[in-house]
Amino acid sequence: MKVNGEKYTPDGKSIEEILKERGLTKEMVAVELNEKILPKSEYGSYVPKENDVIEIVQFMGGGC
Amino acid sequence: MKNQFYVDGKQLSGAALKRKHELENDPSTRTDCMKFMPGMDQIDPTIRNTVLDQMNSYDYDKYTDMDVRRALRKRRIDVEDFKALLSPAAFPHLNEMAERARYETARQFGNTVYMFTPLYIANYCENYCIYCGFNCYNDIHRKQLDKDEIRHEMEVIAKTGIEEILILTGESKKKSSIEYIGEACKLAKEYFRNVSLEVYPANIKDYKYWHECGADYVTVFQETYDAKKYETLHLLGHKRIFPYRFEAQERAIMGGMRGVGFSALLGLSDFRKDALATGLHVYYLQRKYPWVEYSLSCPRLRPIINNEKINPLDVGEAQLTQILCAYRIFLPFAGIVVSSRETKRFRNGIVKIAATKVSAGVSTGIGDHEAKYTHTEEEGTGDEQFEIADTRSFDDMYGDLEGEGMQPVTNDYVYVG
Amino acid sequence: MSDTFKLGEKEFTSRFILGSGKYSVDLIKAAVNEAHAQIITLSVRRTNTQKHENILEYIPDNVTLLPNTSGARNAGEAVRIAHLARELGCGDFVKIEIMGDTKYLLPDNNETIKATEILAKEGFTVLPYMYPDLYAARALRDAGAAAVMPLASPIGSNRGLSTKEFIQILIDEIDLPVIVDAGIGKPSEAAAAMEMGAAAVMSNTAIATSENIPLMASAFAEAISAGRKAFLAGTGRVLERGAESSDPLLGFLR
Repeated sequence: MKVNGEKYTPDGKSIEEILKERGLTKEMVAVELNEKILPKSEYGSYVPKENDVIEIVQFMGGGC
Repeated sequence: MKNQFYVDGKQLSGAALKRKHELENDPSTRTDCMKFMPGMDQIDPTIRNTVLDQMNSYDYDKYTDMDVRRALRKRRIDVEDFKALLSPAAFPHLNEMAERARYETARQFGNTVYMFTPLYIANYCENYCIYCGFNCYNDIHRKQLDKDEIRHEMEVIAKTGIEEILILTGESKKKSSIEYIGEACKLAKEYFRNVSLEVYPANIKDYKYWHECGADYVTVFQETYDAKKYETLHLLGHKRIFPYRFEAQERAIMGGMRGVGFSALLGLSDFRKDALATGLHVYYLQRKYPWVEYSLSCPRLRPIINNEKINPLDVGEAQLTQILCAYRIFLPFAGIVVSSRETKRFRNGIVKIAATKVSAGVSTGIGDHEAKYTHTEEEGTGDEQFEIADTRSFDDMYGDLEGEGMQPVTNDYVYVG
Repeated sequence: MSDTFKLGEKEFTSRFILGSGKYSVDLIKAAVNEAHAQIITLSVRRTNTQKHENILEYIPDNVTLLPNTSGARNAGEAVRIAHLARELGCGDFVKIEIMGDTKYLLPDNNETIKATEILAKEGFTVLPYMYPDLYAARALRDAGAAAVMPLASPIGSNRGLSTKEFIQILIDEIDLPVIVDAGIGKPSEAAAAMEMGAAAVMSNTAIATSENIPLMASAFAEAISAGRKAFLAGTGRVLERGAESSDPLLGFLR
């Protein structure tokens, strides 16, 4: 599986735990699981499996 | 000042006369002019509502000299500016309006003037429109040309060099059926490059059919955009249905027509409001259907058979010029038609300022082009819709336009289906 | 007189839209305050594991966030980014930015129209960044866009209103707010865009690359406000032609 484009070996951790590991809070990010939005309510229960593609994003500066 | 429209023909039976008087004097005997009849297409009314709202709230006396000056200085004229240009405050600025109009006309059309001839193929009518010579109570010679007669008329007209024909009928769907008009379009296609229709409003599928028969342009005159006034002028028949008529051009576009023409008949109601509504009708449709060609006409009331006194009241030539200049400045892209209702002198002048299309070799009667062109009497023709003021032939008109420094054009277009 | 403009359900008094790229986060607040911007654009990016500054902490609550879809190369990617942006929980505004060309970074109007249609149907307030083409603008309007955002010059170029004539056509013909985006290099150019009748101007690089960001932000705010006032005052333009009164145009009238 991949998280933000990098290889990640599934280790039984939920999305919430993966966020915590990276110093992120639920509030500041959005998570995409296999190109679909993963609702925040599922962060605690969803445990990524082999071949999952996870994207964790937040707002950054951006303009023209 | 008011026009006296009602005329009782001697041919009318007692019952007909009674019905006529009822319609004229008792509004409760007339149908609801805002209600669509069964079988009439109803489309999205947004444009109709927008135009009528704008017209109803138009208070032309509130515009000032400043508003007019500002409008004339602007690059792009918006709806408010158009209102100012149609207001009494703009009248003293007619010369500047004419200059701006001439600039816009030249920018869009160069010095070309397009020529066409109308051909009336029937004058039967089911409507009682009290100002019109064809109205069903008026005592006139009725006639409908058959195929051979239509062909003959077209041959006579085509020989003069005309390449655009405008086919007209009185508004009788019974006498002049969808198919009859379609057949006339097919014939016209043999003789002319461009076939236009000015007939009763129809449904989308009818316009599609006429388009397939060769017609590519549809003109419908709303006569007046003031629904209350409209109700008192169109007492009987399909034409009484105000919204169905209003939406005719949009249905014609939906049926695939390349172009559509518009007009109020000036002199019927408040001409400033009618001119505003006509211009806005084009403006909003153009924004919705930007690929379509648009044109405006500007007929003023004329005398008719059995009523010599009908006249355009407060719409003099100078007022008409103001309207045409306002149209041109607000709608630089639109064609402006000035018909033979106006004099030679007026038409020679206005083509240099705002008009881009004129009729020539005109008869508003039925089946009498040969007689008109050869100055002979012809038996068995149908009476005219109104009296024309400019009787010039195609050749005379062509020569006069050239003499005025304009470039007469008979065609600039190819029908591509 | 209150002079406001509307995007979707929201009404704004400030016609300055601030882009937040190339800023250091510390300066955003100052620039927002100096320029009185009520809308600020943001991008959506993968979280990086080194530094976790949350840009939202620096943006006052009364400012509307306008996430863009930069990085999207087609409509599908733009839709995904928009979904992520909405999930971040700052409303349903989205600026569609789709670039299929990494050399010129010009917006792809076709893909933008597709994305606009999808997102407008989903209830987003869609502000598409576009190349100023009349037909594309009409298609965007028909697709449900809340405004159109034509570029003034290539993005980040500071070259000013090089598409001026075409932007004017959009302003004349499209019944939506026209927000001039990308390429505005100087406050005077922002004022010129407003004089033409633009609803708002978006600026980022011109401010971010100046030597005094708060001062330049304030200069933009004043220029945009001045241009707007000039437009409302109706200066219009005198036609470039002389009067020809020697020719009696109306001689034919009796």
